[in-house]
Amino acid sequence: MIDSQTRAELEEIAARYPQKRSGLLPMLHLVQSVEGQITPAGIETCAEILDISAAEVSGVATFYTMYKRRPVGDYHVGVCTNTLCAIMGGDLIFERLKDHLDVGNDETTDDGKVTLEHVECNAACDYAPVVMVNWEFMDNQTPESAAQLVDDLRAGKEVTSTRGPRIVTWREAERVLAGFPDDLADDGPAAGPASLVGLQIARQNGWTAPGVSTGSTTGQREDDQ
Amino acid sequence: MTDVLTPVLTDNWDADRAWTLSSYESRGGYAALRTALTMSPDDVIAAVKDSGLRGRGGAGFPTGMKWSFIPQDNPNPKYLVVNADESEPGTCKDIPLMMASPHTLVEGVIISSFAIRANKAFIYVRGEVLHVVRRLQRAVQEAYLAGHLGSNIHGSGYDLDLVVHAGAGAYICGEETALLDSLEGRRGQPRLRPPFPAVAGLYASPTVINNVESIASVPSIIANGADWFSSMGTEKSKGYGIFSLSGHVNKPGQYEAPLGITLRQLIDLAGGMRNGHQLKFWTPGGSSTPLLNSEHLDVPLDFEAVGEAGSMLGTRALQIFDETTCVVRAVLRWTEFYKHESCGKCTPCREGTWWLTQTLARLEKGQGSEEDLELLLDQCDNILGRAFCALGDGATSPITSSIKYFRADYLAHLEQGGCPFDPMASTVFAVEGASA
Repeated sequence: MIDSQTRAELEEIAARYPQKRSGLLPMLHLVQSVEGQITPAGIETCAEILDISAAEVSGVATFYTMYKRRPVGDYHVGVCTNTLCAIMGGDLIFERLKDHLDVGNDETTDDGKVTLEHVECNAACDYAPVVMVNWEFMDNQTPESAAQLVDDLRAGKEVTSTRGPRIVTWREAERVLAGFPDDLADDGPAAGPASLVGLQIARQNGWTAPGVSTGSTTGQREDDQ
Repeated sequence: MTDVLTPVLTDNWDADRAWTLSSYESRGGYAALRTALTMSPDDVIAAVKDSGLRGRGGAGFPTGMKWSFIPQDNPNPKYLVVNADESEPGTCKDIPLMMASPHTLVEGVIISSFAIRANKAFIYVRGEVLHVVRRLQRAVQEAYLAGHLGSNIHGSGYDLDLVVHAGAGAYICGEETALLDSLEGRRGQPRLRPPFPAVAGLYASPTVINNVESIASVPSIIANGADWFSSMGTEKSKGYGIFSLSGHVNKPGQYEAPLGITLRQLIDLAGGMRNGHQLKFWTPGGSSTPLLNSEHLDVPLDFEAVGEAGSMLGTRALQIFDETTCVVRAVLRWTEFYKHESCGKCTPCREGTWWLTQTLARLEKGQGSEEDLELLLDQCDNILGRAFCALGDGATSPITSSIKYFRADYLAHLEQGGCPFDPMASTVFAVEGASA
């Protein structure tokens, strides 16, 4: 059941775009934040707002891996098992978590807390092996740290991303992806350690772009140098 | 002589609260925008053309030339779309850039949109990076409040609206025409070209699609001039770029250098291969670029030289593997990825990636025969160049290149009836002498 407030927000998303159908992906994120998964009611509502058939909306919802047709736990734990992370330990982390949580791929623990899935490359290869919790980075994991991580999540302890804020619930995360910010943008660092290694070496050696002073945003030259 | 590393895009990443507008502006941010607004749009395009900037998303097409293809006499609105769907395995440069300094991208978007006369721009960011989405949303909000976005920007008479749009998990949406279909609220499937997006892109209107790093490079070109940019790099591959080292080096991470640096130099900067180990194979620019080996340590990492070495510069995603790594396991996993991510539109890719996976999986288990290697090459031959987009082509790259350089690894699986490598030995938490 999609209530009137959600319906209004879905319409608000559609209105961001020159053609309203462009709003469908963020609209489906919002459906997930409200319903906990993609539901027939959510599909019908999106179809009505966009003047397209429910089949067309379903066709989109089934194409993208972030849209779930089964209930997702409070915490979606994604273990990268693409090649680089797999080789660096991701495969062993995934095996350990399946065993530790007693679930298979894309399954949820009995307490409804954790949904485990292996995910594809999440653009953090310099922090391998990587685990994502509700699409926040948990960098440089081991089987032990990952087991501790899911234990903490299930116990309701506050968990903080290694490069971001405290982990919000999956439904709260989906709302941000729908384009409704949660005011946590200022939490966490600008960059993790691996993002800065090259910059630090350049600083130590006094290396810069030609004629550029250290620390300017667009590499502007300094006249007084 | 240019320095070994040339931080420009990464230069403010260590600043306090680098992602905020105040931090960005305190270091000269948005000065390039004010400069651009005093120029004619055509002069901005000319500056980017003259700089020699080539697309940083992998293909290396000249950015300024792409912009000049927009037919200004077309009555439809023009659009700028930033491809922030960074998903190519190994590629991890745009995500840290947008997390640390989203305003670099936003400033680039405004200047670039001004150049092509777009009044609406989109950043299509993959959905699986929540905090990056937050930082982009905040940066756009701050830019509106500061008058860098909206109507009559800084009294110039120029209007621009910018929407941050989160995707929903599909590698194929990094392909520019699939991205457009996705941004139109459809399944992300590539379009047949022509017409090219410059003529009929988003909503069948003239559209420029550029990678994050390409657009983020634009403010520095406007601030310092085309000659400054082209003073870095090599003859046909100008400027600087972020090189992303991952895998078995002591210090994986981001290294911003002029194009043309070599892997030997980069591994040296990264503290060498992890202790006691040797380089076995690497990708120059993500999994879709053919594997290279230790013979290629001194290849200049620019578009031309990597091409001559039989691979592609791609996204400068240097995934580095040492001798503990099973190349068959690595290639099988990439192939499973392409199978999973094939959008299903073209038969050679949709069916072919399934056949490749089956053949490879059999070999990896030590079953099958040496003839299966020829079968794999034949399957690749039936995929390469036979689909709408490059996903299928990319799926063949690791296979053909690994058979070329590491046939012995495949044969060892057949001889031993299984994988001869210990999967524990390649991990970051490997302990000497332990096994999985």
